[in-house]
Amino acid sequence: MMELYLDLVSQPCRSVFLLAKVLRIPFEFKLIQLSAGQHYSEEFGKISIVRKVPVMKDGSFILTESIAIMQYMVQKYQAADHWYPADLQQRARVNEYLSWQHTNLRAHGSKVFLYRAMYPIIMDAPVPAEKMNVALEDLKKSLNLLEEKFLQNKPFIVGDKISLPDLVAIVEIMQPVCTGLDVFEGRPKLIAWRDRVKKELGEKLFDEANEVMMNMSSLQHTMQNSKELEMFKPMFQKLFS
Amino acid sequence: MALELYLDLFSQPCRSVYIFARKNNIPFEFKQLSLMDGEQYGEEFGRISLIRKVPALRDGGFCLAESIAILQYLAEKYKTPDHWYPANLQQRACVNEYLSWQHSAIRLHGSKMFWLRLLIPKILGVEVPQDKLDAAMEDLNASLKLIEEKFLQDRSFIAGDHVSLADLVAIVEVMQPVGSGLDVFEGRPKLSAWRDRVQEAIGKELFDDAHQKILAAQESVKEMDGSKMEFFKPKILRLFL
Repeated sequence: MMELYLDLVSQPCRSVFLLAKVLRIPFEFKLIQLSAGQHYSEEFGKISIVRKVPVMKDGSFILTESIAIMQYMVQKYQAADHWYPADLQQRARVNEYLSWQHTNLRAHGSKVFLYRAMYPIIMDAPVPAEKMNVALEDLKKSLNLLEEKFLQNKPFIVGDKISLPDLVAIVEIMQPVCTGLDVFEGRPKLIAWRDRVKKELGEKLFDEANEVMMNMSSLQHTMQNSKELEMFKPMFQKLFS
Repeated sequence: MALELYLDLFSQPCRSVYIFARKNNIPFEFKQLSLMDGEQYGEEFGRISLIRKVPALRDGGFCLAESIAILQYLAEKYKTPDHWYPANLQQRACVNEYLSWQHSAIRLHGSKMFWLRLLIPKILGVEVPQDKLDAAMEDLNASLKLIEEKFLQDRSFIAGDHVSLADLVAIVEVMQPVGSGLDVFEGRPKLSAWRDRVQEAIGKELFDDAHQKILAAQESVKEMDGSKMEFFKPKILRLFL
């Protein structure tokens, strides 16, 4: 059976999880708890030297990178065309979003999340206002582009039907949302799109994927009291400098 | 209307698109865009791409941003030889894995090194603190190490025996810090051997043609007018310092 090494606190893990569920791909959920430093274990290092999640193991074939994993799943399980359309231009639109998002919505949403949820714990101080403002401004620009270039007046990013970009986008947006930041405020177009995506996935599945994140304070508590915290500090401190 | 490619060969993703199109004899009109002169902020280019980055493609009425998407589009439309983007499930996954990973790794780290070593001090006239340079070097080394130990290993090319989009996208990024006078190949025989193979697969003449501008960067910055970059100076400093 396919193995998926996941921690649903991670956005790319959520998109892989959602796709596998929606395509009814049988898989074994192998939890790699990031807050407990399990990605640093010797065992996990043998699965992937990059030491990140998600990772897919299909027989002896190991694959990292959520985008690659989703493309693999769609191809192998011959998913319905709308997930990754064969049409030249539609596929280009999917690829364009999947490429753009790494250093835009993903990077900016993650940064806001890390500043709000992790900074005070790691640095033992509140986030400097200027840093926070810059991060929020960057996130705003990404959300503007999501609405103005990628969504425009379409129901979903590529057109009438849901595709991989919608999954990848929604999980990244949920990250800062889970820190109590309402990024949807003042964005009716985005709200309407979010509701459509939720409906397509099914509310139960959507909630299941976000369960871990909705319990932010418990997560923060775990981290704060974890002996692994010292292990993470240098990495985060570098990120926050 | 001929296929138009909006390019500035200072930019890594422009080089991979340029090399791929030329190597596969794809007819196109080279639309020069000068990044140093801020031409990406012009009104006309805004109609081609809201993202305002290069490379950009215009094929009839169809506009496309993001080099990865452009490469995949060209490979599909012009039915280039299979090895560039293999149809085989696992081989394609290997290529996709690299194309995904590289955005926030070698691309980010190689770019940063180029800016910190060359453009920021020489054009913007801002001194770069040693600790920033050291941190950037550490990140670049980590990315280069992963290229050797995960993506190459004992293979001739990233996806196996033949050159693919992954190698193309990788080589242009690895060359960027070289343009700032940093020989990343020194002490890395595996990487050097791979570079030689990629150069041969592309053709040395085309490779050199594509890299002429970046390899002359150390000289050309002396003649560059820093005042033209005042417009995005704050953005650059925020991004890299």
